[in-house]
Amino acid sequence: MSAFDCVTAARANDRPTSIDYITRIFGDSFFELHGDRRFSDDKAVIGGIAELNGKPVTVIGLEKGRNLNERMERNFGSAHPEGYRKALRLMKQAEKFHRPVICFVDTSGAYCGIGAEERGQGQAIAENLMEMMTLKTPILSILIGEGGSGGALALAVADEVWMLENAIYSVISPEGCASILWKDSSKTAEASECLKLTSQDLFKLGVIERIIREPKDIESRMFDSLKNLIADTFDKKQQIPPEKLIELRYNRFRKY
Amino acid sequence: MLFNFLKPKNELESQGEFAENHPYIPEELWVKCPVCKNAVLSSDLVENHKVCPKCNYHFRIAARQRIEMTTDEGTFCEMDADMTSTNIIDFPDYTRKLKSAKLNSGENESVITGTAEIFGEKCVIAVMNSQFMMGSMGTVTGEKITKAFEYATDNRLPVVVFTVSGGARMQEGILSLMQMAKTSGAVKRHSDAGLLYITVLTDPTTGGVTASFAMEGDIILAEPHALIAFAGPRVIEQTIRQKLPKDFQSAEFLLDKGFIDAVVQRADMKQTLAKLIRLHTENNDEEAEINECV
Repeated sequence: MSAFDCVTAARANDRPTSIDYITRIFGDSFFELHGDRRFSDDKAVIGGIAELNGKPVTVIGLEKGRNLNERMERNFGSAHPEGYRKALRLMKQAEKFHRPVICFVDTSGAYCGIGAEERGQGQAIAENLMEMMTLKTPILSILIGEGGSGGALALAVADEVWMLENAIYSVISPEGCASILWKDSSKTAEASECLKLTSQDLFKLGVIERIIREPKDIESRMFDSLKNLIADTFDKKQQIPPEKLIELRYNRFRKY
Repeated sequence: MLFNFLKPKNELESQGEFAENHPYIPEELWVKCPVCKNAVLSSDLVENHKVCPKCNYHFRIAARQRIEMTTDEGTFCEMDADMTSTNIIDFPDYTRKLKSAKLNSGENESVITGTAEIFGEKCVIAVMNSQFMMGSMGTVTGEKITKAFEYATDNRLPVVVFTVSGGARMQEGILSLMQMAKTSGAVKRHSDAGLLYITVLTDPTTGGVTASFAMEGDIILAEPHALIAFAGPRVIEQTIRQKLPKDFQSAEFLLDKGFIDAVVQRADMKQTLAKLIRLHTENNDEEAEINECV
């Protein structure tokens, strides 16, 4: 598959979203928690507590919505500052109760609009980066579709970052890149190649630890094996003393 | 045919006598203020910290000039001056862009870091440079800032960062995005060590720099009228398809919304920084005394 094929696949409307992952991995155990306690409840971010093999975990996802109505309601997965603040609130809560955090990342980017700027989009993302760096509980982030720039990174400062085979992760959208480079936003295919945004590229660059294969029938065994992988990873990470864990996390990002 | 479209020659222009008698003003002697459009004498501008004396517009200035204005003479000691970017992901045209950025700015990267004194207060200082690829953050930018914070943490020094940036450097792909996390980690360690970090946001501070170390200061200052944004105004206008209100995303707007602590005139900046650092100085003598009593 070419880089641009990955971009198309990552954005496909029928691709599973965070809610699908949450439902398939955590089932009925997921209890949703709402709001950032400061301004409102951003529906582009879904979060709550769930059980994974009998142990509690905090689950946070950027949610695009699965049909047009949902997509409108969830602002197509582009969070406002309150979405990132809700995520941080839930992460702090996870730290307090010593449960690990799993983030599902799927967004074309943090929302850019008047309200988002007025309420400090940059500050909200910056605070997440800073606080996640020293959160004293394991964090695992999985890029399941689009990983759009700072809006994705704000949920991906983690001990390990995994990526679905056809997901993408990039500093700028291929359209944005093409319009800057060639003053022509239609040259997305060329720009996609240049940006090195596929899971293969990012694995080679050492930006992700694991690629999750996508079987043709994505509904199949993938969720079960992913569930086991997550559980195993958390079991291992929870053995590590918190001080050591955050030192490893610092070094993970220090190397870039 | 084509000649018909040329501007007809003004008779006065062609008469040598007029041109010779007209007082000659070399262009370098005066500068037109881009805001009030008044002509300002270059010497006046320099004396006035590169601020328009007529409308208070703060001209963009180079990083070296900023260091000279802000630190005590002869105290600045540069760190990692030789670090320079390479085309790590083989991005089209990046090698040439880097070369011309170096030529234009006379610098190796979009940030200069080092130690200095501000009215005798020792600190680590990092100053970004708009003349180097619009202050975009690549891996070397992130590395220099991270190393500056690590040095400050190890030596228990406050940090002052002047930001100016178009955001993350697209030409380094995902690795430029990772600098946001890397620098934030270094800021957090410095902060957890109980040390002071002051950011000064200058025009323009946007994108990945706003969404990382620019907004992470204990105290956040800004120069008057500086544009401070996550998404730049043009991107927003294209997204929402409406005109933005005047002064949206200006330093004064952010002050009003509660995202910065103060808007400080360039002429007062050095004094203000020294005052703030002094208010956070650890009193080592007192500590020593207490230890002796114990």
